[in-house]
Amino acid sequence: MPVELILNVVLSGVLTGLVYGLMALGLSVIFGVVRVVNFAHGELMTLSMYGAVAMFQRFGLDPLLSLPALALCFFGLGYALQSLLIQRFVTRPEHSQFMLLLAVAVCLANAQLMLFGPDARNVSVDYQLDSLELGPLLIDVPRLYAGGAALCASLAMFAFFRHSRVGKAIRACADNYRGAQVVGLPIRRLYALTFGLGCACVAVAGCALTLLVDVTPALGPAYTLLGFVIVIVGGLGSMLGALLGGLLIGVSEALAGLLLTPSAKSMVSFGLLILVLLSRPQGLLGRRA
Amino acid sequence: MLLPRSGFQGFIGQSCQKGADLAPGVLRELLGVDIELMNADTETNVDTARTRAERLIQEGAHVLVGAFDSGQTAAVAQVAEQRGVPLIVNIAAAPQITEQGYRFVFRNFQTAPEIVKNGLSLIGDLLSSTGAEPKSAVFMHVNDTFGQAMAKGILATLPGLTQLPLRLADTISYDPAAKDLTVEVSRAKAAKADLLLLVCRLNDAILLRREMVKQRWQPMGVLSPGSPGMYEQQFIQALGKHAEHCISNVPWYNPKAELTRRVEQAFLRQNPKDRLVFHGLNVGFTFEAVLVAADAFRRAQSVDPRALAEAIRQTHIESKMMLGAPIKFNAKGQVEGIGSACVQNLNQMPRVVLPAAAAEAKPVFPMPGYKA
Repeated sequence: MPVELILNVVLSGVLTGLVYGLMALGLSVIFGVVRVVNFAHGELMTLSMYGAVAMFQRFGLDPLLSLPALALCFFGLGYALQSLLIQRFVTRPEHSQFMLLLAVAVCLANAQLMLFGPDARNVSVDYQLDSLELGPLLIDVPRLYAGGAALCASLAMFAFFRHSRVGKAIRACADNYRGAQVVGLPIRRLYALTFGLGCACVAVAGCALTLLVDVTPALGPAYTLLGFVIVIVGGLGSMLGALLGGLLIGVSEALAGLLLTPSAKSMVSFGLLILVLLSRPQGLLGRRA
Repeated sequence: MLLPRSGFQGFIGQSCQKGADLAPGVLRELLGVDIELMNADTETNVDTARTRAERLIQEGAHVLVGAFDSGQTAAVAQVAEQRGVPLIVNIAAAPQITEQGYRFVFRNFQTAPEIVKNGLSLIGDLLSSTGAEPKSAVFMHVNDTFGQAMAKGILATLPGLTQLPLRLADTISYDPAAKDLTVEVSRAKAAKADLLLLVCRLNDAILLRREMVKQRWQPMGVLSPGSPGMYEQQFIQALGKHAEHCISNVPWYNPKAELTRRVEQAFLRQNPKDRLVFHGLNVGFTFEAVLVAADAFRRAQSVDPRALAEAIRQTHIESKMMLGAPIKFNAKGQVEGIGSACVQNLNQMPRVVLPAAAAEAKPVFPMPGYKA
């Protein structure tokens, strides 16, 4: 098999994996801090994809340009969702939280179905069919932009959590809930901020993904599942793990399609999940409980 | 009427529905028969198709028509047989649908082996009429029931065809609901074959063609030896100039038939901004399925399912819309001798280019490069 073919496929997997990683980063951050598993993650992403499509159709805005506005809207949506709804369930048993988020997911999916219909929608940007030739590599331009946007957003998230006062406070909440209460951190507000940030990640990932795939309401559950696979492989609650998991899944799916059969792509990512669960249950970069 | 009007086959299901919607009016004029349509959406899902068929029968449907997709049709056929209600298949090619000894299942559509045989034969005709001599092909197909049946037929038939000496460089199957076909196209391109033989659906055909352009893969031709997708309006609308010159060898309508003229008039009345040519196969076979039901009812003068099934078995319709032999079911409930045409996208329209007798334009082959 030609080396340039393998390189091209790996590069494509890396760029797609960066977008997957950002999507999973949102899921991981929410779980790592609020300790709630967001079963509506995929549906929130399809909602942001529809937002990007609507902005394109109405104002001719490239999804990468509508990204800041959508990220802001989704931050607000996440903040409101956490403060008004999920906060009441934070101290309740886990099964109540699961059911609540599942209900949110079903409501979102059906609302999208009613609003946008079942048919696939996409954006037709000028560079949709462009590719760059770089030696033996043929780089898909929309994928390059999508991967680049996802990488920038991920780095911004890392910087926020590492260097900002609010980010440090959120990390303190995640590390020691009781200690954070004792020193007087506004836990509720920090939880809402975290959920908002997780949703903003999803919005950015959704905008980037709009350049790569057509959106339908049926995509939501598939991406929720993919998000879970990635964060479990990378390590629940680990930001770097989410990004690494995204890259691993992106590349392994691409290589499986090339070396085995395209129909085996999902099989390989779930095989990887089983392997990680058996050998390192906390995930590749997760901390042992 | 059971059709996948939503889900990833939604566009094609809606296209078929147009044929169903115009049928009552045309058949009232033609046969003096009143038909009430009961429509159900299978949501491109086998289980939903089964439950919708059950519900239609409970609600009093006398005949089932559908369901475009082989998997969904096979599920509906089981229900029809169990409940003793006739099913007239509009479009579905998996051979097993009429190979199971069912007494209430009838199909006025080619089986996958027939589509393959006719499709490959038309490729041979295309090459001899244009003088092109491709040596190899890469074969890509969807891995659903229809795709698997077609693949089985093509892989069994192609090596033995002396008039079509093509070496298969690679065979690649993929999920019809795939969101991304980058890897599949990379692999196909790496096979360095002269032709792409494609058994596709609509959405995946669009994705695949886009990916071919991105990866700058320019084979001599993109040919379907018998599948939907590339002659559909959405394919042409979504891809614009990149839809040009793609070829589909499929069962097609006879533009010169009297019934086609009537159907086209009714179609334009109901869809003034649309054109029949973009829905020809879907509208034609769906309309003919309803025609078979109406004709059987006219002769049986009864809505009793057994009487209707018996009348359908005795069908003999010579004045039809689609190419080929009269509609007449064999002992298995299958119509034989349905014709195919080589349909090429030319100037943003699907045009018959072969057989010569029905041709509307000359074939353009090999296809010009993307930059041309």
